[in-house]
Amino acid sequence: MLLFVVMIFYGQRIQMYIMIREIEGSLLRLKFIRDEGRKIAIKTIKEIGKPEIDPTERVNQFLEHVTILPQSMDPAGIVWKLEHVLDVRETRFKDEVKLMAPAADETNVNNLENTLEAAAALNIIYKVIRHFYILGKKTLSLYIIMQIQMILPLIMREAEAYASALKAFSYGQPIGDGAGALVAAKLMHGHRKKKIEKDCVVAKVPLEGRTAYVIKAEGPGGNVGKPGEAIKRVIEENDGKISTIIMIDAALKLEGEKLADVAEGVGAAIGGPGTEQYKIEESILKYKIPINAVIIKEDIGDAVSPMRKEIFDATEVAVERVKRVIKERTKEGDTVIIAGIGNSIGVGQ
Amino acid sequence: MGGEAEKAVRRFSSIVLIVIIVALVLSSTALYQAYELFLSNDPTAGYYLLIGFIGMALSAYMLIQTKRRMKRFTLKTQPITTTIVCSKCEFKNVRNFERGDYILKELGSCTKCEGTMMISAIYREVKEKRKEEKIFT
Repeated sequence: MLLFVVMIFYGQRIQMYIMIREIEGSLLRLKFIRDEGRKIAIKTIKEIGKPEIDPTERVNQFLEHVTILPQSMDPAGIVWKLEHVLDVRETRFKDEVKLMAPAADETNVNNLENTLEAAAALNIIYKVIRHFYILGKKTLSLYIIMQIQMILPLIMREAEAYASALKAFSYGQPIGDGAGALVAAKLMHGHRKKKIEKDCVVAKVPLEGRTAYVIKAEGPGGNVGKPGEAIKRVIEENDGKISTIIMIDAALKLEGEKLADVAEGVGAAIGGPGTEQYKIEESILKYKIPINAVIIKEDIGDAVSPMRKEIFDATEVAVERVKRVIKERTKEGDTVIIAGIGNSIGVGQ
Repeated sequence: MGGEAEKAVRRFSSIVLIVIIVALVLSSTALYQAYELFLSNDPTAGYYLLIGFIGMALSAYMLIQTKRRMKRFTLKTQPITTTIVCSKCEFKNVRNFERGDYILKELGSCTKCEGTMMISAIYREVKEKRKEEKIFT
C-alpha cells in the first residue's frame, strides 16, 4: 500500500533519477572515448609529424574549432557561400596539421586531418550530451532528460563508429565509405591518370567498347575531393556529349537489410554537405545527361571503420554492375563518366 | 590506457553504495527478526522473511549492476589483413596490415617469377556474434 502511494507521488521522479543515472553511465563512456581519441591523435602526430614542440595544446585548440555556416534567410546563392566556408575550413585544417606535424607528407597530412576531425566530432558529441545532462539535472525537467535518454543508443553507436574511424585514419586503413573510390580505382588501374580539379584524378578507360572517364578522389591519403567539380569539368571538356554518368557510392543501409548489398538507381549518389551534388545536378540538367547510381549498402559503423571483407567483396559485384549498366544504357562508341565517390584513405589508383 | 581513464572507471556514486549497504543491513535485520518470530511461533514471521528476501535480492541486483558499470572500457583494435598478389603468377601472400599499406600499392618483385607484387586487398573479417533476425526477411 505504502509502495503504491510512493509510486503515485514520486514515480515520475524515480523514473527521472533512473534516466539520469543511465545518461551518466553513457557520458562516462563518451568521456573515455573522447579522451582516448585525443590521445591517439596526439600520439599519431608525434609519430608521423616529428614535431619539435609538444602538439598537445594545439590539438586541444583544434578540437574546439568552430565552423559558422552561412545565413540561410535568403537562400539564393547559399551553395557557393557554404562551399567557400568549407574550403576555408579545409585549408585552415591542413595548415594547422602542417604546423603540428612538419615532417608529414601530403598523404599523412590528409590522414592526420581526418584523424583530428574524428577526434573533434567525438569532442562535440561528448559536450552536447554533457550539456543536456547538466541542464536536465539543474532544471529537473523530465522532458530535457527524456529526449536525450531516448536518442542515447543512437548517439553511442555514432560515437563508437567515430572511435573506430579515428583508429583507421591514424593508420591509413581503407574504410567502408571508400567502397565507391575502390570501384573506380579497380576500373582505372593500369591506365594513365591525370589530376583534375581539387584532389581528384581522372583516367580515360576503354570499357565494353565505350570510352569511360573514371573519376575518384586522389588516394591513398584520406580525401573525398570535389567530384562534382571534376564531373562538371569532364562534361564541359566533352561539350556535354556524355551518354550517361554512373556514380558509385556507399549508402546507409536500413536495419534488416544485408550488409554490402549492391543496389542500382538513378540520381547523384553522393553525400556530404550537398554542394557537390548540386554542381552535378546543375551540369547534367544543362545537357540533359542521364545519371545512374550504384550503391553499396552499409551502416554508419561499417562506413567509417576499417573496410569489412563483405564490403571489399561487394566492390567486385559493383564493378560488374557498372559494366552491365554501360552495356544496357549506352551504345558502342559512346562516352560515359564513372565516378567512384567516397573517402580514398588507403586506396591508391 | 592512461590514468585518467582508470580514474573514470573507478568513479561511481557513493550514495548508491550507501543505499546498497543500508538495504543489506535492513534486510539482514528483517531476516533475523523473522527467525526470532518463527521461534516464538509468531505468524508475522512470514512477512519479515518475505521483506528480508526481497531486500536481499534487490541489493544484490544493485551491487551486480554497479560492478558491471565498473568494467574497464576499451577501444578494441581490430585485426586487419593485407593481401599481396603477384600480377604475373598470382602468388598470394597474406599478412597483418602495416602502416603505409594501401590498396594497389606496388611492393617490388615476386620471389617466384619476378613479376610485380601488389597489395590487392585490405580488409577486416568480422565473426558475427549472433545471426540476424530471419523472421522478416
